[in-house]
Amino acid sequence: MPSDTDKLDILLLGVNHKTAPVEIREKLALRDMDPPALELFYNLSSCMEVVFLSTCNRVEVIVGTNDISTAREQIVEAWLAHSGITEKDFGKSTYEYTGLEAVRHIFRVAASLDSMVVGEPQILGQLKDAYRNASETGCSGHILNKLMHKAFSTAKRIRTETRIASQAVSISYAAVELAKKIFGDLRGKSGLMVGAGEMAELAAQHLKANGIERLVVANRTLERAIELSNSLDGEAVSLAELEDVLVDVDIVISSTGAPGLVIKKDQVKRIMRPRRHRLLFFIDIAVPRDIDPKVNDIDNVYLFDIDELKEVVEENKAERQKEALKAERIVESEVIKFKSWMKSLDIIPIIKRLQEKAEAVRQRELKRTLKNLKDLNDREIKAIEKLSQSLVNKILHDPIIFLKKGSADKDRDEALAMVCRIFALNGNGETISLENYVNEKKNVKSQCGSKRAN
Amino acid sequence: MKRLHPSYRNFQKMDELFFQLTFFIYIAATAGFIVHLVSLRKNVEKIALYILAAGFCLHTVAIILRWISEKHAPLVSFHDTFSFLAWAITLAFLLFQAGHSVKALGAFVSPVITIMLAAGLMHPRQVLPLPPALKSLWLPVHASICLVSYALLTLAFCIAIMYLIQERQIKKKRLGAIFRRLPSLETLDVMSERCLKIGFPLLTLGIITGSMWAESAWGSYWSWDPKETWSLITWFLYAALLHQRLTVGWRGRKSAYMTIIGYVTLLFTFIGVTYLLPGAHSYAL
Repeated sequence: MPSDTDKLDILLLGVNHKTAPVEIREKLALRDMDPPALELFYNLSSCMEVVFLSTCNRVEVIVGTNDISTAREQIVEAWLAHSGITEKDFGKSTYEYTGLEAVRHIFRVAASLDSMVVGEPQILGQLKDAYRNASETGCSGHILNKLMHKAFSTAKRIRTETRIASQAVSISYAAVELAKKIFGDLRGKSGLMVGAGEMAELAAQHLKANGIERLVVANRTLERAIELSNSLDGEAVSLAELEDVLVDVDIVISSTGAPGLVIKKDQVKRIMRPRRHRLLFFIDIAVPRDIDPKVNDIDNVYLFDIDELKEVVEENKAERQKEALKAERIVESEVIKFKSWMKSLDIIPIIKRLQEKAEAVRQRELKRTLKNLKDLNDREIKAIEKLSQSLVNKILHDPIIFLKKGSADKDRDEALAMVCRIFALNGNGETISLENYVNEKKNVKSQCGSKRAN
Repeated sequence: MKRLHPSYRNFQKMDELFFQLTFFIYIAATAGFIVHLVSLRKNVEKIALYILAAGFCLHTVAIILRWISEKHAPLVSFHDTFSFLAWAITLAFLLFQAGHSVKALGAFVSPVITIMLAAGLMHPRQVLPLPPALKSLWLPVHASICLVSYALLTLAFCIAIMYLIQERQIKKKRLGAIFRRLPSLETLDVMSERCLKIGFPLLTLGIITGSMWAESAWGSYWSWDPKETWSLITWFLYAALLHQRLTVGWRGRKSAYMTIIGYVTLLFTFIGVTYLLPGAHSYAL
């Protein structure tokens, strides 16, 4: 997008997990600063609106500015000064987007298309927090407000229209998803951990987070079992009691380092009757396997081993990539919508200019006429004023409608130029209103500044 | 009262029109449920439910009109019993969805509803005079209880089919589109049990009221007519199933298979017996 000194445009500078290592991201996040980073950037003379996004995977400054190159200079300068990063490091690790590129980037970030794990929904909340921060402190204005709201609605649209975030992409999540497909609600169910592997612990935590009621930990050494059950808020048993426990539990996660099978088919077969045939779900993430694969043949018993879970995860990842393509299409269509909104912005100054010009002509001519007609009474003067007013309004009605309706057309730039030429509007008319907007903003800023000084 | 007479004819024409309209609306609802199953768009399912509910209202009106024009409960001919069964399945399904929504159930139940109504519409719709012996209050009581129990057992059947499909997906580790679309195993099992627990007592009650009606019409409670024999067989199958579920804790695949076997027997009792084994129940054909 061509940069025009009078036009408010969007500039985005930032780093993410792909472009910068964590040491640099940490420094650029400008944590615990006074004034906070958001206001640091807002206080720069060229930044009319600012949103500052800082998460563990990315740090981004989004500004609305009427002068991109100055804004860039000022932001980089301030950022370098406060983060203590060398210019070389900064240059290597940051990216910069302006105009629609910035819009597209923010939409992709909000929809989690730019995340480390595509589709992970956390980022949307973080972006919302960043925006709330900016709008509460008065740092965002009408351009960034619109940008952020559109980013949120785009993200929502993508989440409802694609299945980008609907599938588990880690082993432990996949296990929980499967458990939900077997048991529906996990509340009131109980789980058993056999062995104390790290991944099993993670899966157990996920199960707990999903409402599982009781967790039993069985281990070869009872000591370790007690230790782990304390940290997971569960009960500890020894491996010898395994069969008794199996009668009661619903989900079994096995991850022992045992060289042979820990749970055998006839063992499981035996416990099915005392369990009253309740469904039993085994997750075997041990290598070599702990649970006899033939267990899966028993009625109402389901067994997934580590390879099968990995396969599920891979399929889900591939599915996500496919869904991401759909999501990119949605982003594109939303960017186009935003483009026409941004374009419609410069219609408003032209309309204003047109009205101002007509009003000036009316006032001038009215004065001249009234000067020549001295013996009019108040009522007659009012009538003439009303007449002039309605003439102006009627004549301007169609051109204004033309401007408003034409703002989405392809050759609207020509149409705008034509209107400006016909009515001899100086320049393209944006100067006045934008100046007003900029001045207004500056006033607010100086007020804020003085408040802070006090 | 005589002045009302010509309007009976209008009623007859109207109920025919209403039945046909209902049929097309059920088809639309079925299409909606299937589109939802493929596309997973939530609002499509909602629309399909509303369409089905609208069809149900129309169906209710049609049955009432028919009751008025037949001058006895429209539960005698196959035209009417199939139609009433479709109506009762729809009612049971709508009530179920309102209480405890089962994902994707609509796509399995709505085709059955549509087929039942289609089967009804394929049978001659004219009203044959009822033998005087059968004209009693027992007719609506016995027939409606039986048909409502059939409706619940139909739901149990649909859910059992869904269970078997989903069970197979998980056992064979085929976790694709079907797996994602169907509800969890336990949800299906619990819902099917709920249908059985309501359907079976109603079936029992249906058989009891039937024998009481037989006593008052023919003077004996039980005459081993084929319909009676087969409904007893059906009753024993469902009784065995429920017994196993409640005492031994049978569930899952075995229970689903039993539910399906029970339903096939039920269908034979309902339809097959009348066609193949004529007896006292071979009404209006």
